[in-house]
Amino acid sequence: MTRQTLTPASIALHRFGLGASADEVVVPDARRYLHAQFAVYEAVPAVLGQLPDGVALLASHLAVRREARRSMSEKPAPPLQPAEQDEVMASQQTSEPREASGRPQRSDAQRNYPQDIRALYRRSAQARMASAIQTQAPFIERMVHFWANHFCVSADNLQTLALAGAFERDAIRPHVLGRFADMLLAAEQHPAMLFYLNQSDSIGPGSPAAHRAQEQNASRRPGLNENLAREVMELHTLGVRSGYTQEDVTQFAKALTGWTVSGLVNVGGSEAMGFHFRPRWHEPGARIIIGKTFVQNGIAQGEAALAAFAEAPQTALHIATKLARHFAGDTPPPALVDRLAASFTSSGGDLATLYRALIDSPEAWVEYPMKFRSPWEWSVAVLRLLGPDALEQVQTANMLDQLGQPVWKPGSPAGWDDVAASWAAPDALRRRVEIAQRLASLAGDRIDARTAGEKLLPGSLEADTARHVARAESPATALALLLVSPDMLRR
Amino acid sequence: MTVAPFLDRRDFIARASLAVGAAFVPRMAFAAAPSDQRLVFIIQRGAADGLNILVPYADPAYRRLRGALAIDPAEAIRLDGTFALHPSLSGIGALHGEKQALFVHAIASPYRDRSHFDGQNVLETGGSAPYALRDGWLNRLASLLTGADEKAIALAPTIPLALRGAAMVSSYSPSRMPEPSDDLMLRVGELYAADEQLHPLWSSALDAKAIGEGSGGERGAAALGRLAAAFLTQPNGPRIAMLETGGWDTHTAQAGRLATQLKSLDVLVAALRTSMGEQWARTTVLITTEFGRTAGINGTGGTDHGTAAAAIVVGGSVLGGRVIADWPGLAAGQLHEGRDLKPTCDLGALIAGVAAETFALDPARVARRLFPDGMQRPLTGIVA
Repeated sequence: MTRQTLTPASIALHRFGLGASADEVVVPDARRYLHAQFAVYEAVPAVLGQLPDGVALLASHLAVRREARRSMSEKPAPPLQPAEQDEVMASQQTSEPREASGRPQRSDAQRNYPQDIRALYRRSAQARMASAIQTQAPFIERMVHFWANHFCVSADNLQTLALAGAFERDAIRPHVLGRFADMLLAAEQHPAMLFYLNQSDSIGPGSPAAHRAQEQNASRRPGLNENLAREVMELHTLGVRSGYTQEDVTQFAKALTGWTVSGLVNVGGSEAMGFHFRPRWHEPGARIIIGKTFVQNGIAQGEAALAAFAEAPQTALHIATKLARHFAGDTPPPALVDRLAASFTSSGGDLATLYRALIDSPEAWVEYPMKFRSPWEWSVAVLRLLGPDALEQVQTANMLDQLGQPVWKPGSPAGWDDVAASWAAPDALRRRVEIAQRLASLAGDRIDARTAGEKLLPGSLEADTARHVARAESPATALALLLVSPDMLRR
Repeated sequence: MTVAPFLDRRDFIARASLAVGAAFVPRMAFAAAPSDQRLVFIIQRGAADGLNILVPYADPAYRRLRGALAIDPAEAIRLDGTFALHPSLSGIGALHGEKQALFVHAIASPYRDRSHFDGQNVLETGGSAPYALRDGWLNRLASLLTGADEKAIALAPTIPLALRGAAMVSSYSPSRMPEPSDDLMLRVGELYAADEQLHPLWSSALDAKAIGEGSGGERGAAALGRLAAAFLTQPNGPRIAMLETGGWDTHTAQAGRLATQLKSLDVLVAALRTSMGEQWARTTVLITTEFGRTAGINGTGGTDHGTAAAAIVVGGSVLGGRVIADWPGLAAGQLHEGRDLKPTCDLGALIAGVAAETFALDPARVARRLFPDGMQRPLTGIVA
């Protein structure tokens, strides 16, 4: 393969950053340019601060639904079913009042919440893209995307659709330069995660609430759901095959019982929605998890287990491997992984220290492209090149649907894959060409692809790309070719 | 990666019309061609619940373990004195009546932990442990075939692990975007000509686009079945197709979700059967998942990650109408680790047997190639 040679400035812009934007100037020292971003990163940029509150919107939707159920029958409202797939479809089907059926006509408010939640999701995706385009700290912004994918909540139902944007803004962004343990706790206690991995109604089988249900002969016996516990250990901290057992998962699931979301049960509707610990749901007793004993009672037990996971050497290795893979190639060099793991451990999981160790590692500066851009990365790079005008003509959520990486919807708690084999495929490539043509035709002759190319990849544009761009039949075709050039597909 | 012969649109039309002419030529000329058979692999990502798909209604522990989630045998499709099929699978049930559907229960890969991602890795690579192998068993199977130009296709925007490897594989899924101009398509081809990674991908994308556009291009389970058939019925098209289904991870509200999932699967298989036309007689469809779910229900109206599951094989030459199961039982002492259905059949043995018999290859050779880490003896007598 003809290998493109990248200058340090191109590596800083593309591999570390999110692609070149029109007004971006890399200082002569590329490492200093990256270090300088730590100070200018904004945890809540204006474009995210303006978004409606997804938590409040979802709470209103759930409250209206509970009220409707109560008025239709004398039975108490059933506990929330986290899988809302059916409801999403049902609410679409019944978006018009059905007087003919004889059922009571639904109120406007109730009819519109699912629609509003889907609109909020699209707005949040658009704001995520706007932030990625406007940021003065594209490397740190890339780390936000990295961690949101690491602690992914897939927006596959109404709850997660409403909360995915809030999750990234409130649980990930404030901690991206802080401590891993703090981000971990914020992520696991966010309502989005508690809903997504079914923690919100996991009840200890020996808890007071379970005993009460048994005495009352309740039709559905409450019990344990080990989904969150397993994924915390497998995906968020220790990593799969790192030595924990099924018994560790079960014990950790018991430690987490009582971790739920407030405002879900009938208490007069006054309780605000948010993380909530219900002592009566908690499984009593001490437990042993990965060889450590947790004697704490109540909420402190799960928190102590999370803190222990955050400090475990397996977690350092797991995080170091994923970070190294994101910057130094699909098969990360072991020396880099070891160095990052050591930095993670010695700094007590301080993420800024970890990123500095990465920037100072030669393996991250290999002078030819190491990564095939995912659809999200490619879209951001394209829109940064085309500028804010182009973003106004784009629906980010639709565009990423088309490209095969719908925003916040990897469909699995493992998040999106970070290897070329997942993204470099015939059909995926064709879609990038289709979208590039559309965006290029919208840009018209606003951008001259011949000069944009050199600015995009300072000192690194492939001669072949420059030649094909210069020969194109129209400015739009030239721009489309630049957008799908090998130079733009890799970093 | 080897480069597939480039097939542009004009060339494709020429070949297609040749095929129409060929319909008048006696079939013998084609019958002798190697790999005239088709294999469709449908993966159920997320651990499909074998105990509610292939219901062991005669096991007295089943009702007790499944409680509110237990399938009523009166509503299910009875297969024999022990097992019944979930009521949503009426089309596959009808295939059972025609002796074209075969079911295997208590089946599992060698993987015994409960991670989806590792479980799917073992299922798709054919390794004995996660990440032991880098390429997929379906790709290695493609490399054993002769005859077709492009031996395999993924009906997905990207190529799933089972199909990744040395053999060139195509991929296609319908797009809703307006068409790029022919000029741009041509120039992109020139731009990628010297790129070892992008050139074959682009050639393959153009091939697949030409075929896929002929099949309607809608979405949904029936459309996916028709799309797969559009590729598999091409005279010189792929002989292997992989389709992905998700949504099987039913930790909560399982009853309704599983019924919907199975209905979609049933519709997909029915559309495939109809659209394959007379080629259905030479088609085998294998449906499997990475592992099963807990024997008992959890506290949230669902089931958690388990071990052994069920597999389904349908097709025109399947020796069907039966259930293969060395039933381990669901009583307390009979469960794996006290919670899951115990595996008594090796999934690799089924895969190797189905693959070998579908393409009339030596089962031992196929087993060595697909499962180089070793496995139980291939299950044979599955496909005529």
